[in-house]
Amino acid sequence: MRHLSTGVLIIGAGGAGMYAAIEAARLGADVLLVDRSLIGRGGATVMAQMTVAAAVGPAGSDHWTHHLADTLAAGRGLCDPALARLLCEDGVEVIREMDSWRVGWARDGAEFRSVQAPGHDRARCVYVDFLSTGPAVSKTLRAVVQRTPGITRIGDVLVTDLVMGDGAVTGAVGTHIETGEVLTIAARATIIATGGLTRLYRRNSASANMGGDGYALALRAGAELIDMEFVQFFPIGHLAPRLIGMDPIMWDPFRYKLGGRLLNGLGEAFVDRYGSTDDGKYVITRDLATYAITKEVEAGRGSPHGGAWLSFRHIAPEALREAFGPVIGKLAAAGIDLGRDDIEVAPIAHYHMGGIRVDTAMATGVPGLFAAGEAVGGANGANRLSGNAITEALAFGRAAGRSAAGFAGGSGFRADEAVGLAGAEGPACDTAALFVRLQAVMADYVGPFRTAAGLAMALEAVLGLRAEIGAAPPGRPGPYDLARVDWFDLRQALLVAECVIVAASVRCESRGAHQREDYPSMDEAWRLNQVLRLADGALTVTRRAVAA
Amino acid sequence: MSEVAVLVIERGGQAERFEVAFEAGQSVLDGLRLIRATVDPGLAFRYSCLNANACKECMMVLDGKVIYACTARLEAREMRLGPLPNKALVRDLVTAIAPPDERL
Ligand SMILES: Cc1cc2nc3c(=O)[nH]c(=O)nc-3n(C[C@H](O)[C@H](O)[C@H](O)COP(=O)(O)OP(=O)(O)OC[C@H]3O[C@@H](n4cnc5c(N)ncnc54)[C@H](O)[C@@H]3O)c2cc1C
Ligand code: FES
Repeated sequence: MRHLSTGVLIIGAGGAGMYAAIEAARLGADVLLVDRSLIGRGGATVMAQMTVAAAVGPAGSDHWTHHLADTLAAGRGLCDPALARLLCEDGVEVIREMDSWRVGWARDGAEFRSVQAPGHDRARCVYVDFLSTGPAVSKTLRAVVQRTPGITRIGDVLVTDLVMGDGAVTGAVGTHIETGEVLTIAARATIIATGGLTRLYRRNSASANMGGDGYALALRAGAELIDMEFVQFFPIGHLAPRLIGMDPIMWDPFRYKLGGRLLNGLGEAFVDRYGSTDDGKYVITRDLATYAITKEVEAGRGSPHGGAWLSFRHIAPEALREAFGPVIGKLAAAGIDLGRDDIEVAPIAHYHMGGIRVDTAMATGVPGLFAAGEAVGGANGANRLSGNAITEALAFGRAAGRSAAGFAGGSGFRADEAVGLAGAEGPACDTAALFVRLQAVMADYVGPFRTAAGLAMALEAVLGLRAEIGAAPPGRPGPYDLARVDWFDLRQALLVAECVIVAASVRCESRGAHQREDYPSMDEAWRLNQVLRLADGALTVTRRAVAA
Repeated sequence: MSEVAVLVIERGGQAERFEVAFEAGQSVLDGLRLIRATVDPGLAFRYSCLNANACKECMMVLDGKVIYACTARLEAREMRLGPLPNKALVRDLVTAIAPPDERL
């Protein structure tokens, strides 16, 4: 066993965690940044390919208040307005600071080049061409983290539990994946920046490290989760033909640039039947597009693999070449010529609106525990606008870094139970297969369309899986033991899945990303947030009026 | 129309054979993940982004050449996989690839 100690412990080195590290360190804190994968490589940030929303246009062309109005409207009445404001207002500063760090936002002369993504009232989404936004953001932050004094970085550290002292979080326990060694980390303040939960679903845009760990860590430490029923599905995830080396969400940026058309299995345009339009401009929101595609498939009008066709065939070859740049060549290697071929797309789990409940200082309510990025809930309500997630990660990361640097620290370090579990030896268990079963349950019963009966089945299945994994990880600690890693992932993921299912079961209405087939309309009486807590091993749900 | 690939994987000096059914277009990483989910959850290899070729963690050796497992295609033949030769071996196909100042 190894013991480390630090001022500020940051769990997760995506956009939120790295920005938090930079901010805390430049305020003088001693920072330890850990990630279960390599630093800056493991999560959603490096995978993002599209755009980042912030009101950074030339003076007079936009203002963060317009961005805020769009964000609140998209959130269908459930956003925490103070968090949404922080995203939009501070978003401007962090996007500019990223520019000063030479991230390489595409430009027209002196101004940032921007596109209008659906749900935004004007062009507000900046990007790094072509499909390079996330890699550029990650690389830039990594470089700043490396040159900022006071930050220690360690990869291959899987945090499995937080450590409580006298009523405060005072550090964490984890496993060093490379060696299997158990680690204890004492910290004055701890920031959860572990990203989202979309790995819980069969079809997703997630990396292997997005199983919702941070939600479970926070819940077990006594923090509250909010809006857990709102999982965003990305409507036009790549479905067929099989494409490798490209992310399944890759089509969206080209929709911004070129429009493109969705067609059903019969070759008919259909989004107008669901109250939107698709005539050359990309305006349909994510929740509505997901709904429209799913309903066409249910009505027997899906594409061969069960989705919809996305077509750019009506676009001139020169325009295709200009918009797609080098991507045209990659597509050609996979046998796809967009002038000739349509491709199949379908909804995939993409982002989580819900998460750890925080105030604008990113404080969780448990002293010493802060959170940032996709791990946080509340800013985006029931539906997120495209481009808001990276801005959220950066702005909230900065805020969390500042708060954590200023936190005096708690006392006590009760780590025995967590250390015991991290080093425990249990019977063999097919953990990889169990995770696949969990993904099937979530996809089949807890996807974008839900019913009371389906959710009840899902809950039973999740409790069954929990019984199957037992109380201890398989085998004994050793180097790079993925069967054990999967066991720890399942332990967290099953708790997080339970949160999503319970919150979805109680909300008897349809709103944004949460659609109940048995309660198909939005109900004003449900303009409420649901807050979850874990008390003596049991989940409790309470309703709270939306913050003013 | 699924085909079968034979993955011969170097595991601590021993070669182990796995047969995996696959669909045209799938990656070597898809095959490795299928082995974990159906045969041996303990088989070790590194990956994060699965398909995006963004994390650059899935480097290994295929038939003597360094590849990314998530972009190399599975083929209906024997494919020999081993860990990177110039890095310290951790387990199976996993080597110590993190920069030295980012290790414990
Ligand atoms: C493919 C894809 C494309 C996207 N495109 C866009 C886009 O164009 N624009 C936009 O605004 N948003 C986009 N999003 C959403 C956006 O990228 C994310 O919401 C955002 O990057 C989250 O940043 P983060 O720092 O909170 O989390 P992440 O970047 O996911 O980082 C979390 C880190 O925590 C680590 N971690 C997790 N659990 C543990 C643990 N237990 N112990 C230690 N470490 C742990 C992970 O390994 C990971 O490195 C996209 C998401 C995906 C998946
Ligand atoms: S799995 Fe990420 S690059 Fe291959």
